[in-house]
Amino acid sequence: MYVYDEYDHAIIQDRVKQYRDQTRRYFEGKLSEEEFLPLRLQNGLYVQRMAPMLRVAVPYGMLASKQIRKLAEIARKYDKGYAHFSTRQNLQFNWPELADVPDILQELADVEMHAVQTSGNCIRNTTTDQFAGVCTGEVEDPRPYCEIIRQWSTFHPEFAFLPRKFKIAVNANTESDRSATDVHDISLHLVKNAEGKTGFRVVVGGGLGRTPIIGSAIRDYLPAEDLLTYLEAIIRVYNQKGNRLNKYKARIKILVKALTPAKFAELVEEEWSHIKDSDSKLTPELLEKMKSYFTEPAYEALEDNSPEFEAKLAESKGFANWVNRNVAQHKKPGYAIATLSIKRPGHAPGDVTDVQLDKIADLADQYSFGEARTTHEQNIVLADVKKSDLFAVWEAAKEAGFATPNLGLLTDMICCPGGDYCALANAKSIPVADEIMRRFDDLDYLHDLGDLDLNISGCMNACGHHHVGNIGILGVDKKGEEFYQISLGGDSGKLNTTAIGKILGPSFKRDEVVDVLDKILNIYVENRQEDELFIDTFKRIGMEVFKERVYAKAN
Amino acid sequence: MPKLIKNRAIVEDDFVLVTTIEEGADAPEGNVILPVQYYLDNRDALASRDNVAVWLESDQPAELLNDIHQEVAFIAVNFPKFADGRGYSYARLIRERMNYTGELRAIGDVLLDQLHFMARCGFDSFAVREDTDIEEALTGFEAFRYSYQAANDNPSPLFRKRLG
Repeated sequence: MYVYDEYDHAIIQDRVKQYRDQTRRYFEGKLSEEEFLPLRLQNGLYVQRMAPMLRVAVPYGMLASKQIRKLAEIARKYDKGYAHFSTRQNLQFNWPELADVPDILQELADVEMHAVQTSGNCIRNTTTDQFAGVCTGEVEDPRPYCEIIRQWSTFHPEFAFLPRKFKIAVNANTESDRSATDVHDISLHLVKNAEGKTGFRVVVGGGLGRTPIIGSAIRDYLPAEDLLTYLEAIIRVYNQKGNRLNKYKARIKILVKALTPAKFAELVEEEWSHIKDSDSKLTPELLEKMKSYFTEPAYEALEDNSPEFEAKLAESKGFANWVNRNVAQHKKPGYAIATLSIKRPGHAPGDVTDVQLDKIADLADQYSFGEARTTHEQNIVLADVKKSDLFAVWEAAKEAGFATPNLGLLTDMICCPGGDYCALANAKSIPVADEIMRRFDDLDYLHDLGDLDLNISGCMNACGHHHVGNIGILGVDKKGEEFYQISLGGDSGKLNTTAIGKILGPSFKRDEVVDVLDKILNIYVENRQEDELFIDTFKRIGMEVFKERVYAKAN
Repeated sequence: MPKLIKNRAIVEDDFVLVTTIEEGADAPEGNVILPVQYYLDNRDALASRDNVAVWLESDQPAELLNDIHQEVAFIAVNFPKFADGRGYSYARLIRERMNYTGELRAIGDVLLDQLHFMARCGFDSFAVREDTDIEEALTGFEAFRYSYQAANDNPSPLFRKRLG
């Protein structure tokens, strides 16, 4: 994991000092609301329905146990004992006091954390695969590149006031895409060229929100050394030409679409030709140095088969279910990747308590080299667990309330905080998620349904990524009343199959949503062929079948 | 006379900003900052004067300055709103692409918290917004001891320094 040096410490300490001064000037009336707004946003501070919301950056999802304990402490001391994992691998506090934020930032800085650029019209936290470095099918570990991007984008003087927020994701897996990479402003896919040299396929102009678009490739191969200069060229073009009059047309996806990807690529190449050989070109030494922060932990040489593990599997159906769902294959023999599910009835998806955070830190220390990772689906990963330890991890996770064996299933839904917390939301999303979790609590049924992404957003901003859920639920406002629009056929998670869902039809009242979902699932079950996933059945039989059945009764 | 921050010091601003000027009308006498398009349209008449600067609006491309930056007193870039960040890219292009070495002034909605970023992009003079405490604004340059990425103030990114 990346470790700060004197420069990183100085930059983050200076930021705390700067933000403390900005807060002081705001309270003294020297900064107006309007002027303070982008300053606090660039520090992850929203003013929400209930209280300010502080979004803490978790660069590419990596957390050390001491950082997790600090987050637990902050949740206790400055919040109501809760924190929330977001779909950008960040962590949010919902109840801090505005005046406490400088102190919170200081505490975060002490453990090499910050809230820099977690919001605002600037380059946001770079996200990646939560299984980076430990999974199979990886071209190369993407995290060194993410850290290079993090440093380059931090307080980038030219790009602090972009037309809109700007999100970059990196994927390195040739089989999967666990961070919805192609619906980002820039998505970078690690590839090797014919000579075996590492580079990137560069995709731009993806995004969700009001106009969901899947990004377009503007370069099939960019040498790794050119990463920063090329990013700089893309964003420089966007900074100058992006729409600044209408915030809904301000994302790079609209510019790329308007110009055409080919024309946009041409502008970028032109810009890049002037800067590609500047000092910002990455050196082999830097790449090596950055990779050295993400080397393998001290794995033991193990047999892949663990007799203790096999025995427990045979003994306990509950454990076997959990392993089957929440444990993924590790590249090292004898090790496994365990995901702790944060989804359970009565708790908003992604919500954790301070006690749970402490427990996660303990588990990380005891079983996973002191590290854990946050995921795009709002869960937590212990990436390096010995198979022989899995049973102990499962028992501890069960006790702490995050061993639900539902990873990738209907109830492992992505859900934004919605109208309960968010000032932008048109409708509540947490109660919908909760009703779904309560209705579909039969694990056998959920397992029978198999992999199914259900994503819920409380408004068009699509923080819950409803567009790319196999089933998407979107809260809409109709004359002050909450309604929910359902879409089908969205897809993410695999490489090159990203798809935007299509709207089923007229929206539903909140108390109808769960019944409608039940009908949709029944249609799938009746129509599926052997082992066919929901998304594949949908692709085969099409929208009409669903539409007719769902709306039949109402007519 | 209004004040200005120039090369990190507070000085008197002896140029007058001309925001609009009618087509065909003569440019005012004295030290003036004219709209760049007006200057381009009347270049022959103005090129002989040594007290004419130009200003670029945020929705005008920096390339308008390509041919004239060597003959004007200085260049100003307008920030109609502090949230309009186009001027940062323009500054870098003016400095790094056009190799402009004269005075580059930020005008408009120029506030304390932007000065560090503006200076890094190549601005060396700042007409801070009237209601800004100009003495306090000077602290804006001291926000950070180090920067990760290259910019106009330092073309070498931090990683090169770290590698030694």
